[in-house]
Amino acid sequence: MDTKKMAIIATKGTLDWAYPPFILASTAAALGYETQIFFTFYGLQLVRKDLSVLKVSPLGNPGMPMKMPFGPKWFKSINWNMPNAIQAVIPGYESVATALMKQTILNNGVATIPDLRDLCQEAEVKFIACQMTVELFGFEHSDFIDGLEYGGAATFFEFAGETDICLFI
Amino acid sequence: MEFEKELDARGLNCPLPILRAKKALAEVGSGQVLKILSTDPGSVKDFAAFAKQTGNELLSSAEAGGEFTFFMKKK
Repeated sequence: MDTKKMAIIATKGTLDWAYPPFILASTAAALGYETQIFFTFYGLQLVRKDLSVLKVSPLGNPGMPMKMPFGPKWFKSINWNMPNAIQAVIPGYESVATALMKQTILNNGVATIPDLRDLCQEAEVKFIACQMTVELFGFEHSDFIDGLEYGGAATFFEFAGETDICLFI
Repeated sequence: MEFEKELDARGLNCPLPILRAKKALAEVGSGQVLKILSTDPGSVKDFAAFAKQTGNELLSSAEAGGEFTFFMKKK
C-alpha cells in the first residue's frame, strides 16, 4: 500500500490558529501519513524558538466567546464580549485574553502548542519555513527551532503535488 | 478481556488520546491487545476511524458513567 501524504500551509500566527495545523499534522502522522507543513507569513510564528509570542485577540473577532475559566458554573457561562471600541482602549486586554485562553486549554485537557509541536517533530512531520517571508519580516534563522528546512513555493509544490490531502490554514 | 498494556487517557482531549494510543501500540507486539480509558466523547468515533485507517482492530468500545473503554488489537 502506498503511503498517504498530507501537506498543510500554515499562515496564521495566533495562539488559536496554531492549533489546526499541529492537531491535523500530528494526527495524520499517527494515522501513517507522511506529513509536511509549510510555514509562511504569520505562520512563521509557530516555528519560533519562543512560543510565548503567540497570543489570542478577541478584538475584531465576534466569533470568539469570552468566558472565565474559573468560578461556579453560572459564572463560567457568562459571555463577556464587549464592543471593539472598548476592547481597543483597555491596556493589556490581549494579554489577559491570552492568559484566560491558556487556562481554559489546561482545564479542558487540551494539549499546549509546545507539546503538539514536539509531538509533530517526534512523529517526523517535516517543517518547512518560507525563506522569502523570513527575510521580509527581518527574522534570522536563529529565531527558529532546529530541524527546520528553508525553501520557497517550488519546494512546497514538490511534495504537495503528490499528496492526498492539501490544506491552507 | 485480556490485555497486554493499559493506557489511561482520561481527562485528555483531541487529539491526545489518539496520539498516546499510537505510541502505546508501538510498545506492544503484533496481535497483542491495548486497553484504553478515555473521557473524551469524541474518542468513540475517533478510535473507530483510527482502527479503520491503521489496520489495528478495535475489538470493543464501551461507555459507562461518562468513561469510555476500548480494546484494540495491534495489527
